[in-house]
Amino acid sequence: MRHMLNLTAGLLLFCGQSVADCLTRGTGDLGIVIERAAGSLQIVDTTAHRALFRVQGLGDLSHASAVYSRDERYAYVFGRDGGLTKVDILCGKIVARVIQGGNSIGGAISQNGKLIAVSNYEPGGVKVFSALDLSLVADIPATRVNDRDGGQKGSKTVGLVDTTGQRFAVSLYDSGEAWIIDMKNPGAPKIQRHAKIGALPYDALVTPDGRYYISGLFGQDGLSLLDLWHPEKPPRLILQGYGRGEQKLPVYKMPHLEGWAMAGDRAFLPAVGHHEVLVVKQGDWMETGRIKVHGQPVFVMARPDGRQVWVNFAFPDNDTIQIIDTETLAIVKTLKTGKGTLHMEFSPRGEEVWISVRDKDEVQVYDTDSMLLTHRLPVDKPSGIFFTSRAHKTGL
Amino acid sequence: MKHLSPLAVLIFGAVAATGVVSADVAPGRQAEIIYLLKHDCGSCHGMRLEGGLGPALSAKRFTEWDADKLALTILYGRPGTPMPPWRPFLTDNEAFWLATRLKQGIRP
Repeated sequence: MRHMLNLTAGLLLFCGQSVADCLTRGTGDLGIVIERAAGSLQIVDTTAHRALFRVQGLGDLSHASAVYSRDERYAYVFGRDGGLTKVDILCGKIVARVIQGGNSIGGAISQNGKLIAVSNYEPGGVKVFSALDLSLVADIPATRVNDRDGGQKGSKTVGLVDTTGQRFAVSLYDSGEAWIIDMKNPGAPKIQRHAKIGALPYDALVTPDGRYYISGLFGQDGLSLLDLWHPEKPPRLILQGYGRGEQKLPVYKMPHLEGWAMAGDRAFLPAVGHHEVLVVKQGDWMETGRIKVHGQPVFVMARPDGRQVWVNFAFPDNDTIQIIDTETLAIVKTLKTGKGTLHMEFSPRGEEVWISVRDKDEVQVYDTDSMLLTHRLPVDKPSGIFFTSRAHKTGL
Repeated sequence: MKHLSPLAVLIFGAVAATGVVSADVAPGRQAEIIYLLKHDCGSCHGMRLEGGLGPALSAKRFTEWDADKLALTILYGRPGTPMPPWRPFLTDNEAFWLATRLKQGIRP
């Protein structure tokens, strides 16, 4: 009878796995989906298209992101409330959790997998933790700036990424800087500070090879580019001409640059305040085209083979996904996924894409070849989707 | 009432005339606005309105703000910052109702 009760409890808890039971399997086809309102996440199996566990107690996940340990067993989840949580995805449980700041925006894992860096809106700055137990390794305060009330505060830090050589790069929103943080000696971080990269950098990305760090600027036209092979060189402004003399539309959701689309030697990126995706040639970083799209793009993501780019949009156009053929630059399909289409993630080799549709409380899975819906998974107010294949990608 | 724009006078006048702010916004619409606040304003101000790229939207922060000033900020945005105008999505009365609720303190 007791056995029976346990079994029932396990079934009720989630799909037959009780918390005490850890799975014995590989994790290469697993991932997590953030449940932004509930402060929980689901661990999903992308082969079976089902949830394995639901993990609760991760705090405010209204703007959450995650990175993976190099063994693809642990997800590190960065919450809005400054929470950093290490989740064992084979056991469906939290193994470590710290509230590391007041208000955070995201983080990165170092090249060797030993350090987790988190960027904070409050109190600003970057904190670095041991990936093992989340103990604090380094606390790097941000440049002080004047706040609205005549006092001082640390600049918000955004666009934190990992790159080669045990380094992180980060942008400072209020002070308009980009920093390269060298953590080869974790006890004594070396910081290369580049001032005046441009006004109000709101997010940044690193190219998949880890070489170029590009910050999007809200306060002016263009983007700032740092060559991380030559960290001593000052950043330069690229795409300066973009948007000049044109009236920007109001921006209801800042675009994301992380996971931007590199297809061949071209990059596809969201235009801020315009219903356009920009096409830029890597190398000279000149604009080679603009694609008119349904709304203001938020995520512009390339299928891993680079043949397609999938785009979602800011409020009030966030009920739609458009698919661009990177060869012809034509929109080949417009999908009406539903209101609150917030994020998407390709399977490691790109045959499928998983899409979060907040207001339908579901994740939709599409076959990227036929562009048809193949599966739906119930998820409470889903936002970010993160598959374990990110573990081995620089900048993700 | 000092130096209010004609619009603010209009809003304030309309509200003053009815006496009860919420009377102007149907309960179903109120729920929609709170949902908008939580999820869409929340993308910058945090889903719990505790701040993000934009500042926290707490009652404490708005003690010095008149509701009409707050309503105008919601409707017309804040030039020089990322705060956009929400005028396409909210009527004057709805913005004033939201401003009043924010001043009272909302925990969506």
